Amino acid sequence: MTEVDERNARGFSRRALLGAFGAGALTVAGAGTATALVVGRAPSAHPASAQYPFHGAVQQGVTTPMQRSLHFAALDITTTTRDAVITMLQRWSAAAAAMTTGQPIGGTRTSTGGYDAPPDDSGEAMDLATSGLTITVGFGPTLFRDVAGHDRFGLAGQQPSCLHELPHFPGDQVDPLISSGDLCIQACADDPQVAVHAVRNLVRIAFGTATVRWTQAGFGASSSTSTEQPTPRNLFGFKDGTNNIMGGDQAALDDYVWVQPADEPQWMAGGTYLAVRKIRMILETWDRTSLREQEGVFGRTRSEGAPLSGGDEFTTVDLAATGRGTDPLVPADSHLAVAHPSSNNGVRILRRAYNYTAGSDRLGRIDAGLFFLAFVRDLDTQFIPMQMRLSRSDRMNEYVRYQSSAAFAIPSGLRGPDDWFGRALFEATA
Amino acid sequence: MRSHRTIAPIIGAGSLVLAFALTACSSTQAGAGAGITVTSTDTECTASAVTASAGVIEFTVVNSGTQVTEVYVLGADALQVEAELENVGPGISRSLVAQLEPGSYVISCKPGMSGDGIRTPFTVTGTASAPATGAADQRAVDAATQEYQAYVQDEAAALLKGTRAFTAAYRAGDDVGARALYAPTRMHWESIEPVAESFGDLDPILDAREADLAEGEVWTGWHRIEKDLWPPAAGYTALTTAQRDSLAAGLVRNTAALVERTASLNFTLDQLGNGAKELLDEVATSKITGEEETWSHTDLWDFKANLDGAHRMFTALRPIVEANDPALAAQLDAEFADVTALLARYRDGDGYVSYMALTPAQVKELAAAVDALGEPLAHLTSVSLLGRRASS
Repeated sequence: MTEVDERNARGFSRRALLGAFGAGALTVAGAGTATALVVGRAPSAHPASAQYPFHGAVQQGVTTPMQRSLHFAALDITTTTRDAVITMLQRWSAAAAAMTTGQPIGGTRTSTGGYDAPPDDSGEAMDLATSGLTITVGFGPTLFRDVAGHDRFGLAGQQPSCLHELPHFPGDQVDPLISSGDLCIQACADDPQVAVHAVRNLVRIAFGTATVRWTQAGFGASSSTSTEQPTPRNLFGFKDGTNNIMGGDQAALDDYVWVQPADEPQWMAGGTYLAVRKIRMILETWDRTSLREQEGVFGRTRSEGAPLSGGDEFTTVDLAATGRGTDPLVPADSHLAVAHPSSNNGVRILRRAYNYTAGSDRLGRIDAGLFFLAFVRDLDTQFIPMQMRLSRSDRMNEYVRYQSSAAFAIPSGLRGPDDWFGRALFEATA
Repeated sequence: MRSHRTIAPIIGAGSLVLAFALTACSSTQAGAGAGITVTSTDTECTASAVTASAGVIEFTVVNSGTQVTEVYVLGADALQVEAELENVGPGISRSLVAQLEPGSYVISCKPGMSGDGIRTPFTVTGTASAPATGAADQRAVDAATQEYQAYVQDEAAALLKGTRAFTAAYRAGDDVGARALYAPTRMHWESIEPVAESFGDLDPILDAREADLAEGEVWTGWHRIEKDLWPPAAGYTALTTAQRDSLAAGLVRNTAALVERTASLNFTLDQLGNGAKELLDEVATSKITGEEETWSHTDLWDFKANLDGAHRMFTALRPIVEANDPALAAQLDAEFADVTALLARYRDGDGYVSYMALTPAQVKELAAAVDALGEPLAHLTSVSLLGRRASS
């Protein structure tokens, strides 16, 4: 039995989470409220004015229906002063609250310092709608301990046991310069300029306290986190992540995504963990691969996304079904079979992946792929064993290269205007 | 080692029935009946049209039943298989392409894959393009697969012989001699890589790169020895004599096992076509990037071996390709010649210059040539099997 199963057996649930937050007026339901914004609408019909509540028991940008664009940044802290980190997180919280509700940083004025001061807000989002902007902030393992193991800011005693650098997975060709990080910012919006604006202004606030380590832009949401959204296609042309955990599936979210009050450490209750993997897709060789092989790689039909065992996209796959001969219809080394919960002790994850491209590489090939983001309740029991299995036996590995790796703890949501990112962590270590 | 594919087990012998025809007809000529839907239910087999014009006919097979189904296009005797599609799951649609001469045929659906099938007659009208004889077809297929089989066995034997000499030098501490034998010996592996990799148990212990392993796994094989012969400048502990002995013995033992297994392999046309494509993929993804030979930088030797292996598969199939699509055969001749000539510029003595000696512009030029060959080469399987090329 996995750790997650044991937790289930002990009966932790959304109710427990609600109880932990007392009144529970704003709990995971915050996410439910957000989902309601798009009920009955196709994703392309997100209203430009869409806004998701910034304050709530959980951070936005996890169960929020996927927006069309991503701008992701990992930062390294440059200060050695704990108070400077706290001040930055407080300023980030206020700025994020403003931007996600369509307000410029510093209020409506062009500059709080007057005509001879630089504007508070960089300005490029001024005439744009909120576009469903969400801002999600996380803490990397190196915030707690540096690579030599030293406690940097008095936080080491509260480092979650599953928050460590991801291991080397077979076949990884990870570039450390685009991996890891002390902090992360995930900004998602239907307009890429709105997402870039959010990261740009938070980075500006961080100057002197933290510096950008790497960034990644994404487009074309390659996962669906709400039942109103059709499953998008990745750059291989296939639907992937059909069995994703949906924002409305509270039981699955409690089991597999949100850290429960009885989990350790306490300050992470209502939080989640983020696994990041930049997956370069070798599109040129993929495109000259036969449809037979392509469908065998995914275990699904390309047209409908139906499992090769039959049915439509949402039909439960039958991994044991055979045709002529003894080989299963869904190849045992297909992506579908290897990633399936039944191959992973029943474990599930919440995928929130985006496609990416960054022009071309030195060979003139399209530098593109999948910027894979997954949210889980426990990295050690959910993401890492699943990735290990995929890295060992997924037939898709032939056509991909894993180029970066990172893990972050996403603390709980901000309860109100006085709350700030990670307050519970810093208070627990005060 | 990258591939997780297995040329031998992927498609059992004869699972893809050879419906190609050695005819002079144009491969692009579509029958007037193209786009016929065949619906297979648990009890019925229906076609949206019962006649079509001779040529390439595309059937869309729809499995509306509850069981896995198969669809066959049979000759008038209901025995000769002209085309077949198997393993169609319930609810799934799939394309079945057949090249048919005028005459009477039977379409047979076999839900549940048992019994004689549910049959419906089908007529192809028009003019015969050229006489096609099934016996001649089979002779061409046998010639192609036997030619390739002989090549594989020759290469495997050369690999084992070379491996013995290489490991003897390595065990004796003759690093200069071992380094000189490393790349030329490995060429015999790289030339038949899709076959070598098909043995999923042997491939990782013979050809894993360091990055292919998870933490704590034991690293053996060619690339482990490669690192010991071309060690990093700092932070590397040379292997002991006992460790060398063990690695060398394993390399010989497992190579011998591989050679033994290749003796009993039988190949099908699609394996040859797909294998050639896989070899070019290997060049495009692992050799042109310099990621295969991290320590020795002998990637261009591997490049040459992959290219030769692909060319041998094409050569074996060439009479069939020439008959079905002469333009493709000519194009592949030209593209193979281009890549070969380009690669020859980097010859150095009996071998090739180090990958590290290439400029970015030279690497890019090689990559472009590989892509130029890879695209037409990807049509080898369908042209060999069906005499039909995807529209492009």
